[in-house]
Amino acid sequence: MSTTPRAARHIVQNEELLFEISEPGKAAYQLPELDVPPANVAALGERARSDIAGFPELSEIEIIRHFTRLSTWNYGVDTGLYPLGSCTMKYNPRVNEFVARLDAIAGAHPLQPEELSQGALRIMDLLSQYLLEICGMDAITLQPAAGAQGELTGILLIRAALQARGNARRLVLIPDSAHGTNPATAAIAGYEIAKLSSNAQGTVDMASLDRLMTDQVAALMLTNPNTLGIFEEDIHRIADLVHQRGGFLYMDGANMNALVGRARPGDFGVDVMHLNLHKTFSTPHGGGGPGSGPVAVKAELEPFLPTPVLTRRPNGALTLEEDRPHSIGRMRAFAGSFGMLVRALAYIMANGSDGLKQTTEDAVLNANYIRTRLKDVYALSYDTPTMHECVFSDKLQARKADVHTGDIAKRLIDYGFHPYTVSFPLIAPGAMMIEPTESASKRELDEFIAALRAIAQEVDTEPETVKTAPHTTRVSRMDEVAAARKPRLRWTED
Amino acid sequence: MRYLPKSDPVRQRMLREIGIENVDELFAHIPEYCRLTRALDIPTGRSEPEIIDFFRHCAALNAAGYTSFLGAGSYYHYRPSLIDNLISRGEWFTAYTPYQPEISQGTLQAVFEFQTLVCQLTAMDVANASMYDGSTAMTEAVLMAIRVTGKSDILVARSVHPHYRETLVTNTHHRGFPVTEIPFQPDGQIDGSRLEQAITSNTAAVVVQSPNFFGSIEDWKTLAHLAHSKNALLIAVITDPVSLGLLAPPAEADIVAMEIQGFGIPTSFGGPYAGVIASKERYLRSLPGRLAGEARDSEGRRGFVLTLSTREQHIRREKATSNICTNQALCALMATIFMSVYGRRGLRELAQQNLAKASYAAGEFQRQGMEVLFPAPRFHEFVVRLPRTAAGYQPRLTQHHMIGGLPLHRYYPELGETALFCVTEAVSRARIDEMVQLYSGQSQPSLNESALAGARQE
Amino acid sequence: MSDYPSSYRFTRDHEWIAVEGAKGKIGITSYAQSELGDVVYVELPKVGDAVTAGASFGTVESVKAVSEIFSPVTGTVTEINAHLNNAPETLNQDPHGEGWLIKVSLNDPAEVEKLLSAEDYQTFISSQQH
Ligand SMILES: Cc1ncc(COP(=O)(O)O)c(C=O)c1O
Repeated sequence: MSTTPRAARHIVQNEELLFEISEPGKAAYQLPELDVPPANVAALGERARSDIAGFPELSEIEIIRHFTRLSTWNYGVDTGLYPLGSCTMKYNPRVNEFVARLDAIAGAHPLQPEELSQGALRIMDLLSQYLLEICGMDAITLQPAAGAQGELTGILLIRAALQARGNARRLVLIPDSAHGTNPATAAIAGYEIAKLSSNAQGTVDMASLDRLMTDQVAALMLTNPNTLGIFEEDIHRIADLVHQRGGFLYMDGANMNALVGRARPGDFGVDVMHLNLHKTFSTPHGGGGPGSGPVAVKAELEPFLPTPVLTRRPNGALTLEEDRPHSIGRMRAFAGSFGMLVRALAYIMANGSDGLKQTTEDAVLNANYIRTRLKDVYALSYDTPTMHECVFSDKLQARKADVHTGDIAKRLIDYGFHPYTVSFPLIAPGAMMIEPTESASKRELDEFIAALRAIAQEVDTEPETVKTAPHTTRVSRMDEVAAARKPRLRWTED
Repeated sequence: MRYLPKSDPVRQRMLREIGIENVDELFAHIPEYCRLTRALDIPTGRSEPEIIDFFRHCAALNAAGYTSFLGAGSYYHYRPSLIDNLISRGEWFTAYTPYQPEISQGTLQAVFEFQTLVCQLTAMDVANASMYDGSTAMTEAVLMAIRVTGKSDILVARSVHPHYRETLVTNTHHRGFPVTEIPFQPDGQIDGSRLEQAITSNTAAVVVQSPNFFGSIEDWKTLAHLAHSKNALLIAVITDPVSLGLLAPPAEADIVAMEIQGFGIPTSFGGPYAGVIASKERYLRSLPGRLAGEARDSEGRRGFVLTLSTREQHIRREKATSNICTNQALCALMATIFMSVYGRRGLRELAQQNLAKASYAAGEFQRQGMEVLFPAPRFHEFVVRLPRTAAGYQPRLTQHHMIGGLPLHRYYPELGETALFCVTEAVSRARIDEMVQLYSGQSQPSLNESALAGARQE
Repeated sequence: MSDYPSSYRFTRDHEWIAVEGAKGKIGITSYAQSELGDVVYVELPKVGDAVTAGASFGTVESVKAVSEIFSPVTGTVTEINAHLNNAPETLNQDPHGEGWLIKVSLNDPAEVEKLLSAEDYQTFISSQQH
């Protein structure tokens, strides 16, 4: 193992805001000469503006330097290990980016004639087939823009199916370990939330489920493996109970990186689920987005899928069908975040069935390796076996030196790593949620483990160093309280 | 597998350190009936050249190298080369949401700049970091207006993009928020007197797009006056931000919901794009989506953080202003770079060129004796009445490597055989002339041309 | 530990009320503000709004949490502490004084008798701290 520490020093330049480096008279644009008579702006009268006050004026090289300098203040998957639990920060393959930018792919218009869109539709069709095979489901929509919109689509599908049976019901059951988008989604879909407490193993408590699963419950929204990384071993009993009482089982598929090629939600009773292409299928997170959240369903829910639905005409041509009498309607403009679909398909093709399975195994192996090598210095939140992520608690460190998960996370930055997910899931107090993904080599894992072990020692010997970390970044801890009390959300001249 | 940084011997070593022999043991707690015991029915892994071949083949089945006159919410503006170059830096596109400000200052500052640019452009006080697209931005703006006003009736102009209206209905009908459409006048603008009749003290929001779906420019002042007279909010919808280079911003509106694809984001068959919501300061607490704010670090240095997060799902859960989590950050970055390139003068010049090209094209149709509907002032889109079914023109256009206007019959049956044309700075006069000729029937297919078309198909 | 004024009455949701005749002044307790951390925003009802004993009338926010404030009594809002809009930190600095939230006219002054005394409240919070 290397003895060179991961973090080193390097020049980092300061850079002002665009508006502060702007000067009147500079330009980074040149338009082709106008080959038609100039516009009659005067005819617009009051409908025209005379100026865009404050808008910057810059040259091309300044723009290049501006955004290059800013970029050096970021940490990406390309920089190093990015073990954010629940986020699946895996490698974003370059060939994905290449094919997504091919002219007739990036330049395709969403409303161009069907006969001139067969290539795009073929990409969507093949991706649909692969995703259905991976999930073990019957039908799919690629329309949702992200996981949360996938959730909303799924719950609206359930609402429509129940409505068709005569009663949309009133409640959605959500475990206390769930991600915040789950309850937020159910509320937007017009449901009240009933919280399902987890048991001592961190999984669904069957007795509570039995009590809460009434004829007023439309769905149970379950994440499997759950946000602790634990596979719900009672999944079949859970599904049976929900179905017997006339409800649907929704699965938040954020954690599919633990299952691809090893287990299929459709085989264990899930009725509807979303995938996050920006997690499991390697499309880049882009500093917060875009993502893509396809929703796969069992046959019963197929008639309700959002429009348009990808189908085949009798002559074999692919088409986006709008005429769907039972559809919940459209979730957004056009047919989906196509550019993300292209990338996800390229990823699946590159891996193939063999690579996908190996990927899952490596992701689970990496997380369990970290768990094994750290559990003597950090307390595990739950003892239950975990899959692609593991959750520790700051219990020991908090007790010893009042050092908390947020402090340890910040100190990791000084060691050259991106922090893990802090304080989530809510049921694990002081959570340190680690998801290394398959993209970490053993060498990197060892360095990361060594860093976390060193920090555990610092908690004993110099806790202040940890509590005031990071010490090596271009800015230190920000005063978020002052920022929230007097929000300054845009630049102004003063 | 080339993306996996491990050899089999290393895997074995790691398994031994965990204290197990076989990777299957890591999956042992998955009940047997849940396990997939066969290989997925997906071909085995392929090489990079094979993947590229496949997508090139697909690309060839799409329109490639065509001149397009489509707009309708997705616009062809030239994308400066530095956009893709800059966003291809891994520090931009492989980073997560900037929850750790110390190592995310690049993203955070760029978001702060984006918010500022959007405010300058729209004459609003605050703007969020992005929504999924224009249609969901509009829908969320409506839900925001319902929260702010405590009322529930929604009036939406029929000249708002049909997909946006459908999205709104999907998201509101199950909650019992009534949506009423307000018709347009023969001049293309919203029918003000019908709006005046429809608006009541229960109206939460009046939703109007400008330039509207037909390209016509609406009058924000009058609309705001009408909405405010009944304590309703005016929501301004904008589908091409380039229009704001020239057109008066909706300063009188309360909320602006905008699609920013036109600012350097590829048309990409419909996405990913990005929406944004901007509003007056007083509605800040009801705004959905992320916000970057200025902050100081412990040594007084300026930096930026995500702020006012208590509005969001990860804190307020079922009481959040929205369920949005992942947004469209990289698309917003493309737009920020685009705005930096064109800047204060360039955006105006760009918008003027769009206006010039579109009015030239509309004029050419009229010169050929064809009817251009809706005489109210327009930006870069217009509607033409056609003597034959709109789709019937496409085969000939295809021979000329052109995609014509969008047939409107499906969206507005009341307009009969019409098509919506968009002409941006990216189309040359020669191609405009050629297209108008093909529609006006001035150039009958010659023998040569038919032969050429036949040859192409072989 | 701060002083809990003996003339105030308290709830198990950590609000206090100071009553004079049929009028009451309501705030959150010192314990509540310290659990919440730095307050960044306070959302209050409007003058004239009705409040109901045990029901939420507003929220207090820190950077990473939102807490509802429950009314100790039933009545009508007669005044709000507008100062908190610009200086939410007052809630941390002086929760039992300058950091008051609303004033109400009580429907039934006898309702106050059901609330905790300062002494009972202090016993209650010490049982909360493990
Ligand atoms: C478990 C879980 N569910 C849902 C989501 C929401 O997905 P998205 O951010 O794509 O909307 C996330 C990711 O942030 C998640 O981790």
